[in-house]
Amino acid sequence: MTKLDSKIPKGPLADKWSNYKSSLRLVNPANKKKLDVIVVGSGLAGASAASSLGELGYNVKVFCFQDSPRRAHSVAAQGGINAAKNYKNDGDSVYRLFHDMIKGGDFRAREANVYRAAEVSNLVIDHFTAMGVPFARDYGGGLDTRSFGGVQVSRTFYAKGQTGQQCLLGTYSSLSRQVAKGTVTMYSRRDMLDVVIVEGKARGIIVRNLLTGEIEKYSAHAVVLATGGYGTVFYLSTLALGSNSSAAWAAHKKGALFANPSFIQIHPTSIPVLNDYQSKLTLMSESLRNDGRVWVPAQKDEKRHPNEIPEEERDYYLERRYPAFGNLVPRDVASRAAKERCDAGYGVGDTGLSVYLDFKDAINKHGKKVIEDKYGNLFEMYEKITGINPYNEPMRIYPAGHYTMGGLWVDYNLMTTIPGLFAIGESNFSDHGANRLGASSLMQCSGDGYFILPYTLSDYLADEIKTPRFSTDSEEFQQSEKQVEERIQKIMAVNGTQTVTSFHKRLGKILWDHCGMVRNAEGLKKGIEKLDALEEEFWKEVKVPGSADEFNQELEKALRVADFFEVGRLMCYDALDRDESCGAHFRDEYQTGQGEAKRNDAEYAHVSAWGYQGHKQEPQLHKEPLVFENVELKERSYK
Amino acid sequence: MASLSHKYIMAAAGVFLMLFLVSHLATNLLLLAGDGGKSFDNAVEFLLTNPAVKIMEYVLFAGFIIHIIIGLIIEVHNRKSRPVSYHVSVKSDTSAFSKFMIHSGVIIFIFLLVHLYHFFFVKLGLVEPYGGAQSAHDFYPMVVETFKNPVYSIGYIISFLFLGFHLKHAFQSAFQSFGLNHDKYMPAIKFVGTVYALIIALGFSIIPLYFMLIY
Amino acid sequence: MNLKLKIWRQKNAAQKGKFETYSLQEVSPEMSFLQMLDYLNDQLIAKGDEPVHFDHDCREGICGSCGLYINGRPHGPLRNTTTCELHMREFKEGSTIVIEPWRSKSFPVIKDLVVDRTAFDKIIQAGGFVNTNTGVAQDANTTPINKIVSDRAFDAAVCVGCGACVAACKNSSAMLFVAAKVSQMAMLPQGKVEAADRVEKMVHEMDEQGFGFCSNTYGCEFDCPKGISVEFIAQMNREFFSARVCKQNHS
Repeated sequence: MTKLDSKIPKGPLADKWSNYKSSLRLVNPANKKKLDVIVVGSGLAGASAASSLGELGYNVKVFCFQDSPRRAHSVAAQGGINAAKNYKNDGDSVYRLFHDMIKGGDFRAREANVYRAAEVSNLVIDHFTAMGVPFARDYGGGLDTRSFGGVQVSRTFYAKGQTGQQCLLGTYSSLSRQVAKGTVTMYSRRDMLDVVIVEGKARGIIVRNLLTGEIEKYSAHAVVLATGGYGTVFYLSTLALGSNSSAAWAAHKKGALFANPSFIQIHPTSIPVLNDYQSKLTLMSESLRNDGRVWVPAQKDEKRHPNEIPEEERDYYLERRYPAFGNLVPRDVASRAAKERCDAGYGVGDTGLSVYLDFKDAINKHGKKVIEDKYGNLFEMYEKITGINPYNEPMRIYPAGHYTMGGLWVDYNLMTTIPGLFAIGESNFSDHGANRLGASSLMQCSGDGYFILPYTLSDYLADEIKTPRFSTDSEEFQQSEKQVEERIQKIMAVNGTQTVTSFHKRLGKILWDHCGMVRNAEGLKKGIEKLDALEEEFWKEVKVPGSADEFNQELEKALRVADFFEVGRLMCYDALDRDESCGAHFRDEYQTGQGEAKRNDAEYAHVSAWGYQGHKQEPQLHKEPLVFENVELKERSYK
Repeated sequence: MASLSHKYIMAAAGVFLMLFLVSHLATNLLLLAGDGGKSFDNAVEFLLTNPAVKIMEYVLFAGFIIHIIIGLIIEVHNRKSRPVSYHVSVKSDTSAFSKFMIHSGVIIFIFLLVHLYHFFFVKLGLVEPYGGAQSAHDFYPMVVETFKNPVYSIGYIISFLFLGFHLKHAFQSAFQSFGLNHDKYMPAIKFVGTVYALIIALGFSIIPLYFMLIY
Repeated sequence: MNLKLKIWRQKNAAQKGKFETYSLQEVSPEMSFLQMLDYLNDQLIAKGDEPVHFDHDCREGICGSCGLYINGRPHGPLRNTTTCELHMREFKEGSTIVIEPWRSKSFPVIKDLVVDRTAFDKIIQAGGFVNTNTGVAQDANTTPINKIVSDRAFDAAVCVGCGACVAACKNSSAMLFVAAKVSQMAMLPQGKVEAADRVEKMVHEMDEQGFGFCSNTYGCEFDCPKGISVEFIAQMNREFFSARVCKQNHS
């Protein structure tokens, strides 16, 4: 086991970043032009990093699989973005935000990283506002905020239920500005399939041009992955259908450690599954829990229409179990509570796999207009999908796979274990521990991209000013290209009988059942076995029509699903290794008498970073101990 | 020239033509005075002798020509913007008038040519006065003569019906083109536009009806 | 439900396309429109045919990827709805559904129902941003913005860039798309500074990309899945007019 060096700077927590920042080396403007940086992914993290690096004068190449960078899935974040502005005068501070995140993450995140994320959150809000992002305002003209789960202050800035869209479009505009200036070159409709390592450093990538099928090689002095999470491993998730783990997985196979892969957030408020052909689960923003009350009937097998069930026959189970936070408990807690009720037979809907989210009281108290102003678009979205008007009857919701706290292991500089390969945003593991608090993903992505990576990457590049531009003809590039081509040929050659999607569905089901909201050792072992078997079948039975040298959406999917088998296996290994419950990772062997997660700080206060040992080989575990000097480790209670 | 500049010019020429139509209608309605064309002749006399009107005549021609040429440029450009058309044509609920501006425009243009032939060319001396007119400026008998021809009159009415459709869209469209769209005022603008289009179409149309049926 | 689908199939940009007709049985009314196409594709793949290509990603109406021209309406029969949000319960048993790609010179077909919308990116690159670098911002609350103005800017900013406005317009004009961005920026103090310059550059690029002119027909507003108002087109017309008439020349 190698010792992981997180490179956390010395000194008091509050001063670490500012002191460290001043000590980082810079690259002079004339040299910046000679340095190439590849950014993979054009979401909030990738686009913000690319535009900032472009502004600094680096020569940046950005890759995304969508037709335009504006479509990256950050666009779908609904509720808001946190910042420690304390505009509400309710006692918020950088420390408070840091503390909420550490606690929300169930003490499995790095103090220094989390503190830094909280620290730069204010800059992020300032910057977005300066770029013309139309955040909601109050009548005085100042920015409005709202509350989110897991905290007792109001620090979430928002733009109706479309905060992610507005932030992403702001970032997209700054990226577009750099494209126009020529500092950033945009390569859309490209899937990254490998990272190229030359003399131990990341020096380029191999991509497939999705329109022509051509395999293209690009070189750079550093590579930044901003490729998001792997929640689509469950098949049904709140993610975009194109979201995938392939870039991160390619990096992992080339030596980048993968940290806490089993920490996946199951979001409590998604529209439940409605039919067998469901391809995606639509999220209903957590902000709805500000005004909506979650309940199930107090009796099993209730057949009455929800509006006909009298108040005293309803079980507002979150308010009952968690009087202090009520409906605003963190996501992991809310999800498990919903599952617990449904498993016990109190669930509603045809499948019994949903609970009510009711706005009746809020509408009575504030009036329909106020509720409409706050959540109008979400209500509309709900009605479009289900055909039910949530102003008149409660929504039905159920948990769905959402966000991956786990990801590529990075040090304080956001660099992976491969020198020159950085990971930012959801693709890294760094800031959310075992559970992410609402509205902190937009915050982390943009903080990473705008205010952290440009400094730490410059420090890395300061050593590269004498390195000339690379040719992509070198042996390393050729070899990588060959591997990628062989894999594509292999998958095309299977020519079986079953669709890629049918495998993805089954794969997702295995993980949902065995490595979902509640796990146990036996189930996880069984899950690994099932994954092995399914993967074998995949490589014998999958059918990819068309050819590899053209626009072929089935091939794109097939390559992604092929990686998900391995990702899923690693998730199970990680969950199996962690003999405790923490945050989103809930092992039913480890719970308190009241059914709450029971952590084991003595043995598991560490980051599990896994090394790739080859296909189907047991991965190698590296531990990064987590040291808590500024918060007291205690049971995470929302009661 | 920028796309928007085309629109401003189109709208400006259009507004000018709409004002012209009002004055033209006012003059023509004098035909209904029942005084054997006396008031009409007076008005014609004034229009033919006033120097300001003479200048405006050139402006009017310019207005027509600009409106027509820019309209054609826009039409050609727009057709080029969608080289492959849809199998099922667009079913969006839009005002039918707005989709056929070029068509109603062409009909109005044809009418305009006939109209010029009957009156303006007489004035210029290119066409002999007819209907017992004393001179090239004695329009009243010529009006009576032409409107008594039912083919011409019906063609005239149909043309003004199309002009009405044209104006129904044009009126509010001119406001929009100059950026004068406001949720508070737009319904009123649209209403006034409809009333205006009706007045022009009906106002002009009752004249041939009068001569065909009552005179 | 049983349906007949008439879908535009085109192998690539170079080859000519044509309509293919498919009949599809046992479609659930609960399916979304794209799930229905997934279902069709599963059957095509099983038969050894190539599946129908179409752009899609988030499937919750916000990324702007999807965009099909369904029975003569961009995004189908429902207003304020993207194709991915459309559900089969909106269609009648036994009906024929004609599915075409967006048609515009500026949106060439790539394959089947997938079109190239980079023209939109080009327009944003021409000026759809505030010229501010990372790190120079003042505190976000330093400049108060009237709530009504800010809400209105948001109403313009909700554009997802799907291109339905172009698809719906009889002239395939991109005015609504451009106007939404121009207006959003012009209304906010942060964007006002360079409003004149921005509108000129964006309109110029819009023209360069070959989009048609606006006939004030308002089909764009009718079919915009985000309900963006043509009032913003009027606002752009104002902005451009004053930019042309009043702007001082750069030195």
